[in-house]
Amino acid sequence: MTQGVSVVGLYVRDQDEALEFYVGKLGFRVHTDARNGDYRWLTVQHPEQPSFQLGLFKPQPPTLDAATAEIMREVVAKGAMPPLVLIVDNCRAAYDRMRAGGVEFTQEPVERYGAVDASFRDPSGNGWKMIEGR
Amino acid sequence: MGLSLEDKQERGRQDPELLRRLLRAKDRMDAASHEEWPVRRLASVSGVSEAHFARSFKQAFGVPPHRYLLTRRIERATALLRDTELSITEIAFEAGWNSMGTFGRTFFDITGESPSAFRARVKAAPHQREHVPPCFLSAANRPDLRIAVSEKRRQEAGDMNGGEETEVP
Repeated sequence: MTQGVSVVGLYVRDQDEALEFYVGKLGFRVHTDARNGDYRWLTVQHPEQPSFQLGLFKPQPPTLDAATAEIMREVVAKGAMPPLVLIVDNCRAAYDRMRAGGVEFTQEPVERYGAVDASFRDPSGNGWKMIEGR
Repeated sequence: MGLSLEDKQERGRQDPELLRRLLRAKDRMDAASHEEWPVRRLASVSGVSEAHFARSFKQAFGVPPHRYLLTRRIERATALLRDTELSITEIAFEAGWNSMGTFGRTFFDITGESPSAFRARVKAAPHQREHVPPCFLSAANRPDLRIAVSEKRRQEAGDMNGGEETEVP
């Protein structure tokens, strides 16, 4: 595929912490980790989804002014960013594995409407719904 | 790079680390809205003093913690009324009420319908919900409680001379 969405970014409070979470705990891989002064372009990929990168960006000057960056940190920490959905083959197995690895789950696996789903947050406050694919 | 403490106070800013911990208390209420959530318990989840918890929570999320819990209980009750065949009594207890009377009255005050009327209406209506993940749909139907239920009752009764304020669902 040559056209389509390539990168979608999340705001995270600390890029090292986010890297440890998405790579160390969720099993993503680093796609790009490039620094330029204080700025760090960091993207990760799901191992089964090579055409898509998830950006782990820090709201910071000079991309954002200091006041706006602070507001974004607050918004993320309040869990007010838009929903994220991760599809897995087996929600209960993924829940057991991730929970044992220290992922903060906000909802245990529940079966409804014929599918199992659970919820977790990354350390910054971004909320993920994990749904078993059908 | 960040704002000074004075700036934060002036603008009603809250420390993101505090907000993240307050979010944890909100998440815990979301996960178990049928349980009792006294301020002591919520404050300990957030690592905040009891004296500061309610005010910090309201500043962060716009509603006092117990009113937030009430919206989650109503949301859960409406989902159970819509999606299950449980009796209304069972739903009242499942959603966290100790008495049917309180459940029925609170449900009516917030939604404008009795639980049985709500159930009859939504069960009769066709729905197109298959493509929205259930939790997001549920959150979208959460009641928007901008005032306390007791205040709403007073306003609707035209009785503005006050009364006791209770936030406990």
